[in-house]
Amino acid sequence: MLLVIAWKNIWRNKVRSLIVMVSVMMGLWAGAFILAYVFGMINQRLEDAIGSEISHLQLHHPEFDIDYDPQFYLDDSYSLIEEIGANPMVEAVSGRVLVYGMVASASSSTGGKLIGVNPDKENHVTQLGSNVVEGEYLLPTDKNKIIVGKKLADKLKLKIRSKIVLTFQDVNGDIVAGAFRVKGIFRSYNSTIEEGNLYVNHADLSTLLKTNGQVHEIAVLMYNGEMVKEYVSSLTQQYPGALVESWKELSPELGLMIDSLDQYMVIFFVIILLALSFGIVNTMLMTVLERVKEIGMLMAIGMNKIRLFGMIFWETIFMVLIAAPLGLLLAYVTIYWLSIYGLDLSAIYQEGYAAYGFKPIIYPKLEAIYYYRIMTLVIITAIMASIYPAITALRLDPVKAIRKI
Amino acid sequence: METSSHENCVIHTEDLTKIYDEGAVPVKAVDNVHLHIERGEFTALVGPSGSGKTTLLNLIGGLDKPTSGKVWVHQVDMSTLSKNELIDFRLNNIGFVFQAYNLIPVLTTTENVEFVMLLQKKDKEERKSRVNQLLKETGLEDKADKRPSELSGGQQQRVAVARALASKPQFVLADEPTANLDSKTAENLLDMMARLNQEEGMTFIFSTHDQRVIDRARRVITLVDGAIASDEVREEVAMAT
Repeated sequence: MLLVIAWKNIWRNKVRSLIVMVSVMMGLWAGAFILAYVFGMINQRLEDAIGSEISHLQLHHPEFDIDYDPQFYLDDSYSLIEEIGANPMVEAVSGRVLVYGMVASASSSTGGKLIGVNPDKENHVTQLGSNVVEGEYLLPTDKNKIIVGKKLADKLKLKIRSKIVLTFQDVNGDIVAGAFRVKGIFRSYNSTIEEGNLYVNHADLSTLLKTNGQVHEIAVLMYNGEMVKEYVSSLTQQYPGALVESWKELSPELGLMIDSLDQYMVIFFVIILLALSFGIVNTMLMTVLERVKEIGMLMAIGMNKIRLFGMIFWETIFMVLIAAPLGLLLAYVTIYWLSIYGLDLSAIYQEGYAAYGFKPIIYPKLEAIYYYRIMTLVIITAIMASIYPAITALRLDPVKAIRKI
Repeated sequence: METSSHENCVIHTEDLTKIYDEGAVPVKAVDNVHLHIERGEFTALVGPSGSGKTTLLNLIGGLDKPTSGKVWVHQVDMSTLSKNELIDFRLNNIGFVFQAYNLIPVLTTTENVEFVMLLQKKDKEERKSRVNQLLKETGLEDKADKRPSELSGGQQQRVAVARALASKPQFVLADEPTANLDSKTAENLLDMMARLNQEEGMTFIFSTHDQRVIDRARRVITLVDGAIASDEVREEVAMAT
């Protein structure tokens, strides 16, 4: 009977109850959507960073990271690449010769990161070839050919077959220079890469740098991202002369983003629910204060405090329990649809997102566990929100309440 | 629990006093009332406005605490009961009828009458049979599925009486039950309560200004300034219409 009365009570003032329910619905829909949007964006950034930039893990000379001095290359790097590539957990592996230097065209010059790669292996790790939008990707047999980003090409007014001169220090600290011809121009969602990275054949750069064919960096892509930590520790033991770092260590800002996302999202949701709870408390308080006389009568004829509390409690819970699943269902449908078709923000945010390495089309994503977590938080909110109005009802003096007009 | 000794005694008060001390000047609403009401009485508490009728009913009903003195209901000293015990005690021993009916607006006639029995955790069969009996006695059988908003004032007050009787209380306290009713409806309601009093031996105590109620009462207690000014037991009362 208590549940029946509570259920009927919420429909006494349909408009008011519906306003509360719609606000809960919209709050949850918006909250879940923002959650999915941020998760989608971060996951996409992570996948892109791993799939086309840093890979799952990298090996360097322990001193290379200090100031990227080219003399700190990995000894016997070919054997290392072969051994790592033979591991069944490894999907692809690429050795890179790296140096920072000046890039000069006929019209301008700028700084850049010169990367000497094995074109086939690099393509397996970063899909660089598929990003070439003008000209062609490198072949292992190419001599003094270079791939540049579209932004850099625009900056230096480069076209296919344009000539550029790269100047940098070799392993001995001597200034060396090499002339290269642009073979391809690539695009990247990450403007830092598109403006700063230049790819040449490993042999060309290694010769200029005098690294004896050795590489500065080995990038490893694994089949299962969950195994990274374990494999990093195994490689560290296996190759004590190399610094082995996971993507989290290589890109700490990304690691921090992923690690702290859950906490941020909980805080974000608690804020939304806190705002909603004030609305619920306000409405329930109104319903209690409107029914002072009736509540006084109920206490007079023998409704005890537990039942009275229960009645107000269930009224609150019912309202939230109707609204919350509908709000989450609406969120699920929206997120599902957008996870397929994407939310295209290229018209307004393309440049801004690219500057931070994000793609302008976001595919929102929210795992089932988050729907459960949200529902749990909502139920806790409803319980909390019911307490004050219920206590207000319990504090009523039946004699005074009955006399209330 | 302390108990009084008289077997037939339904209500007994001793030196009952209630002083409201909320304003600038304390007001003595009930002044040293000694009262003894036995099973089956049909009693009217009368007196001018502010004479303490409703306060006395509230004290007898355990809705309010006396400043001093004691109330025994069915041999139980009400002052020894905690708030929760008082609520349960009211549920099982006292029926209330209010001036403004005070039905639960979202429930039907049947559900309103059944409500107190649900609070008493009576089983479904017992509830059903008692509701049917009470609706029959109060002439509300054809209004069983109506909500209070669909009933007239007289019909709502009948539902309130049926609800008050549903828990099989020791007595019914009715505060100005006919105040909002027209003459004919008030007469019908009084007829019904008089019949329940005579046939079932139900004890009724009214606070009232209504001469029609006073005419029907077999005992009339007049309060003046919170004290009993007269207590008249009558042999002859007005007959049912």
